[in-house]
Amino acid sequence: MCGIAGIIRRGDPGNIGGEMTSMLRSLKHRGPDSTGFAVYGAPVEDQYVMRFKVAEQEDIGKGFNIHQEIKDRRAEVNKRLKELGVEILTEVEATEYAFRYTIRFDGDMRRMADYVEDVEGAEIMSLGKGLELIKDLGDADVVSEQYGLGNFNGSHAIGHTRMATESDVDIRSAHPYWAYPFTDVAVVHNGQLTNYWKWRRKMIHRGHRFMSHCDSELIAVYLADKMDNNIGLEEAMRDSLDELDGVFTYVVATSDKLGMAKDWMAAKPMVLYESDDFVALASEEVAIRSIFPHEIDTFDPYEGEVRVWEL
Amino acid sequence: MGTVDKSFDSGLHTEQLRGRTQQTFFSATEEENFTYPYNAFEVDRGKRAEFDAQDLESTDINLKIRSLMKEGYGHIVVKNPRAKHSIGVGILNRLTLDFEGSLGYFGCGLIDGPNVHISGRVGWSFGENMMAGTVVIEKNAGSTFGAAIRGGDLVCKGDVGSRTGIDMKGGNIIVGGRTGTLSGFMMQRGRMLILGDAGPNLGDSMYDGTIFVGGKITSLGVDAVPGEMTDLEAGWIERKLALYGLKAPNGVKNLQKIVAGKQLWNYDNLEPSEKKIIL
Repeated sequence: MCGIAGIIRRGDPGNIGGEMTSMLRSLKHRGPDSTGFAVYGAPVEDQYVMRFKVAEQEDIGKGFNIHQEIKDRRAEVNKRLKELGVEILTEVEATEYAFRYTIRFDGDMRRMADYVEDVEGAEIMSLGKGLELIKDLGDADVVSEQYGLGNFNGSHAIGHTRMATESDVDIRSAHPYWAYPFTDVAVVHNGQLTNYWKWRRKMIHRGHRFMSHCDSELIAVYLADKMDNNIGLEEAMRDSLDELDGVFTYVVATSDKLGMAKDWMAAKPMVLYESDDFVALASEEVAIRSIFPHEIDTFDPYEGEVRVWEL
Repeated sequence: MGTVDKSFDSGLHTEQLRGRTQQTFFSATEEENFTYPYNAFEVDRGKRAEFDAQDLESTDINLKIRSLMKEGYGHIVVKNPRAKHSIGVGILNRLTLDFEGSLGYFGCGLIDGPNVHISGRVGWSFGENMMAGTVVIEKNAGSTFGAAIRGGDLVCKGDVGSRTGIDMKGGNIIVGGRTGTLSGFMMQRGRMLILGDAGPNLGDSMYDGTIFVGGKITSLGVDAVPGEMTDLEAGWIERKLALYGLKAPNGVKNLQKIVAGKQLWNYDNLEPSEKKIIL
């Protein structure tokens, strides 16, 4: 089933971490397996935030030497970053296996990402000036508390509660997906893509990387491929309605935009609320209501609809 | 004129069904449809109660409604339903029920008899399997609105999502705005009145029943064909619109009428090669 949500504060930034936690808490019944957030904070000139992990949560309970292996993997990541001329400004250990670095780098992002992910167990969750992508097993409260998202200030966010149907229950199969190697682009999805393998093969042949066997990852890769070919976000999303097959509703966020697309069968729900100061969208209205105490008017987008909002 | 003739003549269905149960079931006359269940509560419509649902779970809200009916309240007002799911379901009673706010998914499903008013919007699958009564929603509704209803009037004054009236077997769905794709899919009885636009594949694979559309129809589904409105139908529409305070944008006479082409009627009797020709 899965639940997806998004919010933009069009006026002043605010506690989007807390707001998204509240929305995803309301959607817990749609998917209790994992929860993910893509939150956009204030960008800092010449700096990137890199969120990455070097092991899965379930790995912690396996093997005699996993704790040392995690330390070794992180050390190897640090070594490789320095080798490429990446300046590490701050390092935060969010969990034993997941980290938040602020870095300065003006080289080839794809090469850097590939080199880091070549380390065993390493996966870059996100790389961006504003984007921070956090995902882990458990419900919204567990993940939000674990990664300290309850008071995250920013401009916009998307989120996901996952009910695993076609791939494993692990962090790599959790949403959101970062549109590697494009900084600040993240995707959440509710649905099934029936031409996933066909498109995955095509994307791999074009040199894109997949970290999971979750069909939702394809949407992030697909949009990244389009953008790689200088196709704008909205046009790429419209193309997806004809080129991706199945039933789906997805939400995508960039540094300054948030968009949604709904397939032609309109079989996956989405409810929207729009005002001068806010745009909020979710699989269920109850999620939107969790952050607006006053009475609001909401509506459903229709089949084949693409909407993109700017900050 | 018997019940069967009335429903037949007013366009509720065009085929005479065999079997006494079904003929009674699909009666056009609401009063005849309604049978007071043996365990229904004796309520007084003049006796009013209200409660705040802000901090209540769906189950508790439904139990509270039931408990108030048991105490004889015939007019219940629920404040702040906050789009919670499955509220107002399974009410088999005459009752005036007002929701001040919005309902989530599966609201007012399986109801038989109440008169419901909702000041906000409703989510997906609202009014599923409704048997009798009236529901009026002031704002929008989600997809699969009125799926498989068998009786009563289900009215949404705003826009509704896709697959409105899917599998409906009787009753009336009235929409003030537009409706999405595949509305009236596999419709078997009853009437759907859409005052705005209708999305792609309207009335796809409908067996019977009638759809009226005031706006633009994106496309008709398989086996859905235009029909000609009768004076009886026009009169019925005028009465219903007046009852619910709605207006056909270009007048009742300019509504487009859609019915089943019946090429798929009893299609199980067709040879596979014949089905291919039709589809």
